[in-house]
Amino acid sequence: MDLFNNLVLGFATAATPANLLFCLIGVLLGTLIGVLPGIGATATIAMLLPITFQLEPVSSLIMLAGIYYGAQYGGSTTAILINMPGESSSAVTAIDGYQMARKGRAGAALAIAALGSFFAGTVSTFLVAIFAPPLTAVALEFGAAEYFSLMVVGLVSSIALAHGSIIKALAMVALGLLLGLVGTDIYTGTPRFTLGITEYADGLNFVALAVGVFGIAEILRNLEGEVSRTVLMKKVTGLMPTRDDFRQMVGPVLRGTGIGSALGILPGGGAILAAFASYTVEKKLSKRPEEFGHGAIAGVAGPESANNAGAQTSFIPLLTLGIPANPVMALMVGAMIIQGIVPGPNVATEQPALFWGIIASMWIGNLLLVVLNLPLIGMWVKLLTVPYYVLFPTIMAFCAIGVYSVNGNVYDLYAVAGFGLAGYLLSKLRCEPAPLLLGFVLGPLLEENLRRAMILSRGDPSTFVTRPISAVLLLIALGVLVAVFLPSVRAKRETVFQEED
Amino acid sequence: MTSSRFDRTDALCGGLFIALGLFFAIQSLALDLGTTFRMGPGYFPFVLACILTLLGLVILFQSFNKQGEPFGKLAWRGILFILPAPILFGMTVQGLGFVPALFIASFVASFASQKLNPLMALALSAAITVFSVAVFSYALGLPFERFGPWLRF
Repeated sequence: MDLFNNLVLGFATAATPANLLFCLIGVLLGTLIGVLPGIGATATIAMLLPITFQLEPVSSLIMLAGIYYGAQYGGSTTAILINMPGESSSAVTAIDGYQMARKGRAGAALAIAALGSFFAGTVSTFLVAIFAPPLTAVALEFGAAEYFSLMVVGLVSSIALAHGSIIKALAMVALGLLLGLVGTDIYTGTPRFTLGITEYADGLNFVALAVGVFGIAEILRNLEGEVSRTVLMKKVTGLMPTRDDFRQMVGPVLRGTGIGSALGILPGGGAILAAFASYTVEKKLSKRPEEFGHGAIAGVAGPESANNAGAQTSFIPLLTLGIPANPVMALMVGAMIIQGIVPGPNVATEQPALFWGIIASMWIGNLLLVVLNLPLIGMWVKLLTVPYYVLFPTIMAFCAIGVYSVNGNVYDLYAVAGFGLAGYLLSKLRCEPAPLLLGFVLGPLLEENLRRAMILSRGDPSTFVTRPISAVLLLIALGVLVAVFLPSVRAKRETVFQEED
Repeated sequence: MTSSRFDRTDALCGGLFIALGLFFAIQSLALDLGTTFRMGPGYFPFVLACILTLLGLVILFQSFNKQGEPFGKLAWRGILFILPAPILFGMTVQGLGFVPALFIASFVASFASQKLNPLMALALSAAITVFSVAVFSYALGLPFERFGPWLRF
């Protein structure tokens, strides 16, 4: 059986003692940074990325997987204990997780989050193993027009689940795409929008944008009203969920896994959408919807599972098409390229050990998290009792180090400050940063494929609708766009998001 | 124009997007637009910039006749002390080196909170510097020069 052999190859690659050690270090470091308030998984990975560059490709990507899981779990911890989610996917966890913590059930909430994530991770690892190879075959059929349309679907779906005004989200995508184009034009070598600064000729640094718009903007928002934030628990007890908790979490975890796996494949911030979608579904299905927002177990279990499943399956578009589905995957692309691997349909056939090793390491990272990290929760919680005015100069220092270490370009540090200010002001204007970031990542790819498609069709734009796969993808995008503008969907969408505020 | 009949936040937001859109559009026009067959470097950005301007206009237009939420206060102190931290780090890291640059950056950032007095800020920045140098420079071996050429005699 092919699938079995492939997975064995993957585990044989990933589970050497040295690689396990790197994975463990990754998990610990990821949690250490990820647990700091205001630093989400993206910023954490961005900061720790340079460490992995010294290792050989497989070990480095395995360590990254560990960092990723650690960061994500650290993010959930912060969201649950102090209601300060590092990024939008754990924002959903914060809604009910924090309320659970206020009722003295922080330990259970954390355990539910970890166990739900682990289950989702296990299932979706198999899904990746099953679906990646056939999709690779499909991906080899993809031309420029199909890639273009696929990315349009991704961008449109990122709008559908952004907060607030749809028009604003669309504008943020456009702005993100434009920012993504800053730098040297690939066809002609012309510098674009660099304002004459040669250090920006390679484009604006993605890490700088992510850290600025998410991390620093978040710190500024927190400094608005300097209230002393209380950590709910000096000591988290009662880690083990009760029988009743288990009974309540089964359904949400299963549904969350399904929703997350499906949405994660979408190139459009799948994991982020997944958490929101799962929350909405759970609330709708619940017999006691009034519990949501007041510490519903389903409100933690569902989104956390969906988030993790989505994170896992978002490797499918990355490994098969080479398209990053979300900011974290974009960082993975960066790491792979630095290691000399070009993500895309060829990885599976040319470097099977690496391909399956990555898939296996995702699961191993997840396992280590549950086995080793959960018992250490007391230590992470201690980190949270550190007052905020001590934390944010520390965070700023780490951000500066992290951004600088990517390329050693001081202009990236100036960009961080700029993006921090811009991100803060845009959030004050009630604009969501997630569509901007995705636009930024996809901007260059979108343009490249558009131009290539137009050259191939000799300037005939109908190529996008006459090629069947492309036409179907564009129809999906159109459908999503029409749907979000329908009055009924719109009203529903507003009520969903209102709950969070 | 009374404030209740017009949403300031959205109007500002629309205005900002229009301004950004026009900025990118004008910049794109200076580049070669090319044809639909062979698009120049300015083609796609120009289209995007026009879309952005249009969306900005829609947001601006919609902001009229709408009750607005207050903009809320700005974190001036934060902006004033947090944002210069990475800038100062960038300006000094290659000259003074990693250790002093980091110290300066965290020292400045400390003042974003009203709750820290200068002495505490000094102690905190020193602690951050020692910790980061130990972790990032020694343990992880990031290739930073600890003390730069400006400090050599």
